[in-house]
Amino acid sequence: MALPAALRERFITWALRVRPPEPSPIVLSQRRVYVLPTRAGLGYAAALLVMLIGSINYNLGLGHVLTFLLGGLGVVAILHTFRNLVRLKVSHGRTPPVFAGEMAVFHLLLGSDVERRALRLWLPEGGDARVDVPADEPADVRLALPAERRGWLALPRIGLETTWPLGLIRAWAYCAPDARCLVYPRPAAKAPPLPWAQSRDTGKHGGGGRGRDDFAGFRNHQPADPPRHVAWKHTARRSEEAPLLTKQFEGATTASRVWLDWQATPEGDVEARLSILTRWALEAHASGFEWGLRLPETHLAPGSGQAHLDTALRMLALHGRDAH
Amino acid sequence: MAATRTETPALAAAQTGWLLAIGFVALAPLAPHLPGWLAGATLAALVWRGWLAWRQRPLPSRWRLTLLVLAGSAGVGYQFGSLFGQNPGVALLVLFLALKQLETRTVRDGLAIVLLAYFLALAQFFYSQTIPAALATAAVAITATATLLSLTDARPAPAAQLRRAAVILGQALPFMLLLFVLFPRVQGPLWGLPKDAGSGLTGLSDSMAPGAISHLSRSDAIAFRVRFDDAMPERAQLYWRGPVLSEFDGRTWRPRRELPRATLPYAEPASGGIGYEVTLEAHGKPWLFALELPGATPELAFATLDFQLLAKAPVLARQRYLARSYPLLRAGADESPALRQQALALPAGSNPRIRRLAASWRADARSDGDVLRQAQAFFLRQGLIYTLNPPLLGEHSADEFLFDTRQGFCEHFASAFAVAMRAAGVPARVVTGYQGGEVNPVDGWLTVRQYDAHAWTEVWLAGRGWVRVDPTAISAPTRIDLDLAAAVPAGDPLPLLMRAEFSWLRDLRFRWDAVTNTWNQWVLGYTPERQRQLLQRLGMPAPDWRAMTALLAALCGIALLLLTAWILRRQRRADPLARQWEKLSRRLARRGLGRQAAEGPFDYAERVARALPAVAAEMRGLAALYARLRYAPPAADRAKTLDQLRRRVACFRP
Repeated sequence: MALPAALRERFITWALRVRPPEPSPIVLSQRRVYVLPTRAGLGYAAALLVMLIGSINYNLGLGHVLTFLLGGLGVVAILHTFRNLVRLKVSHGRTPPVFAGEMAVFHLLLGSDVERRALRLWLPEGGDARVDVPADEPADVRLALPAERRGWLALPRIGLETTWPLGLIRAWAYCAPDARCLVYPRPAAKAPPLPWAQSRDTGKHGGGGRGRDDFAGFRNHQPADPPRHVAWKHTARRSEEAPLLTKQFEGATTASRVWLDWQATPEGDVEARLSILTRWALEAHASGFEWGLRLPETHLAPGSGQAHLDTALRMLALHGRDAH
Repeated sequence: MAATRTETPALAAAQTGWLLAIGFVALAPLAPHLPGWLAGATLAALVWRGWLAWRQRPLPSRWRLTLLVLAGSAGVGYQFGSLFGQNPGVALLVLFLALKQLETRTVRDGLAIVLLAYFLALAQFFYSQTIPAALATAAVAITATATLLSLTDARPAPAAQLRRAAVILGQALPFMLLLFVLFPRVQGPLWGLPKDAGSGLTGLSDSMAPGAISHLSRSDAIAFRVRFDDAMPERAQLYWRGPVLSEFDGRTWRPRRELPRATLPYAEPASGGIGYEVTLEAHGKPWLFALELPGATPELAFATLDFQLLAKAPVLARQRYLARSYPLLRAGADESPALRQQALALPAGSNPRIRRLAASWRADARSDGDVLRQAQAFFLRQGLIYTLNPPLLGEHSADEFLFDTRQGFCEHFASAFAVAMRAAGVPARVVTGYQGGEVNPVDGWLTVRQYDAHAWTEVWLAGRGWVRVDPTAISAPTRIDLDLAAAVPAGDPLPLLMRAEFSWLRDLRFRWDAVTNTWNQWVLGYTPERQRQLLQRLGMPAPDWRAMTALLAALCGIALLLLTAWILRRQRRADPLARQWEKLSRRLARRGLGRQAAEGPFDYAERVARALPAVAAEMRGLAALYARLRYAPPAADRAKTLDQLRRRVACFRP
């Protein structure tokens, strides 16, 4: 089984029979399901050969019967194993984005109009999963893959195999569903504080600043809040265990704004700068203020909320990359 | 491939349970053939393993197992005097099966146990290939297959696993049948059989001491079955000739040592004769049995100067041969003087009383024929009793039988008569074999059992040659005309099947025998010869291995296709509505407009309509039709609407 890696890769490319990635749903046609005996199957065949020779040598009529029955069993096992995989419908579900350094979890939906048991899916480098597929009810499989670099992480070719029912025969197929996972940059572990100052100075987009005039109330302090908004007096009045509170303001220009600017990050490695921006974006999002993002070629108008964060992270993830 | 599963997972509790079960099921049919200590030890090991699994205790350490293997192998070696051969081999397999259970940790170990179980199922056939044995093997096969299933997927309940195993094995039956009939058979053995092969077979031995045949008479095992070409001869003519014993040491009769020859020492008569086919059970000795006197040696057989037929090797498997016999044939008129002289030898000083008596016959007689008549008259006068339970005899067995105890079985009669004739100067020898047999009314075959074993005498008369004299017939004529049960006094322990009060049992036995005979003829006796005959009858002009293999491959291919179609049939039986929609989508996919997974019929139709304005209207119509069939409550005209959709999809050419 020790095929040279390159040869194996070529076999797999050929075995796929289609140019990856394939549009979903992929139906594993007869032509792309391969069947070979497992090591157990080879042992079984060897045992049958010995039994046949024994039956001939000792003229055991019933020995012939038993040997041939078990031989037939082997043939039937091929059929069942093949049937367990062939015409399986593979489609992919939504794959939630992850940060670099995390595991990307791909959701695959396996659909079938007959019951299939004990399927195994695996990725060339990465996780594997075992699943049963009930009839007429798609089964959800998650395959985890380490996400190392930001950008699009395409689901690599996946292998599907089964040795059900007898473990003597292995049927397998490859497919490369058109699934990909967006990988955000890894948030920097150590990032400079949020660029409040710069953002005030350069904040042309909203009348500048944080609407300091109209005090609106308190909320729990979050690390990203500007220090001067902390309700120090309020805190001092209370005991030491009391939580820090942050003053919130409303004004004509409503929410506070901060600009996460590429220029504000320390010069150097692009990835490091993106990491810092990612960290900032998370902190800004957590602060609840409106915030905007400026990248060398593009910018995102200030906003807030999960969708805003997602858009920003997507921009960061795809910075300098083809968006498709 | 690197991606193949290389790890062997640890066993789940259910899998351990299955492995134990297959251990018990595989051991059960073999247990009666194993030494008691081994069967007990194996059982103990299985129970121990079950206890360890139940209490979740760790398995014994490797060195302890090694010790057990060594001890067990030593025991087997001591018991059989060797580790090689059929019986020690089976014993070792059993031992390994039991001890392997004590170190099953992974699925691979489990597989080894299943394969061992298959081997043991085969080993059972060394001892018995009857229908019950086949049923026991079926149980082993189903359990072993269920165990294999559980090694791949341990979750289903035992009943479900067994059911699935039975179904899969059922699907394997057509292949088994094809392989059985068409797989080119090879006549074994391929190499020398171990010395202990065929031990434990019953049948006539090559010597006759007092008690040898009466011992056989307690067995109702079948010796051979006969199918006559035409009518069966009379019962009194059914003397099945076996070993001919000419050497006597005062107590035991033994055959003359001579080399077998290709042909009988007399010419086959041109006409007459009875043709028949014998299916001889394995008896571990080379003799073949034929009605007196056979005309020629069967195929692949030898003969002796004593008119006896021999197989080329000990009969270790059921064997069929054709023969033709001539009941009226007398042979040996030209017997060599040396042989005649040998047939007069008596050990010095043995049986003095009968010698004295014989000398007086000789003095009064004018010919050997006269001596014979006097001897017969003497045997009649003595009032000898034919019994299955004769008293034990001492040194002068003929004297004691004829003058003191006067009770004996056929070997006493034959031995004493031959001694008497020799003492009177008439060449005589003992012939052993079978006499009679029982016609099975179900299939018309004659069944000869061990209790039909018999011994009689042959004397050589000038001008006539060797003449059969059955001294038993003088005292117990019913033994020859009827059967053993009629001849022995009431109260003698008879084989169960010979007793009158069990006639219903006999009836049952007849039926069972007929089934067994069919089984023997067609399942166990399916030899290369019979395979050729059958295939010729089925219309294959020259069935050699090439033709058989080609036919086998073709038929297996057909069976495979049929089975594939059957197994995949459910996948073809998809929802007809979905099938139409799929068809439409496939057709559109050629234009790059395949339906997406999450797309409903109307969205899809709109997208297609935008891309292909030419078919927009039809596409929208189809979508509406599909949606109505799919989502509207079922209407009475559903079938018609579906048909309409089918036709419109068929015509749809984007």
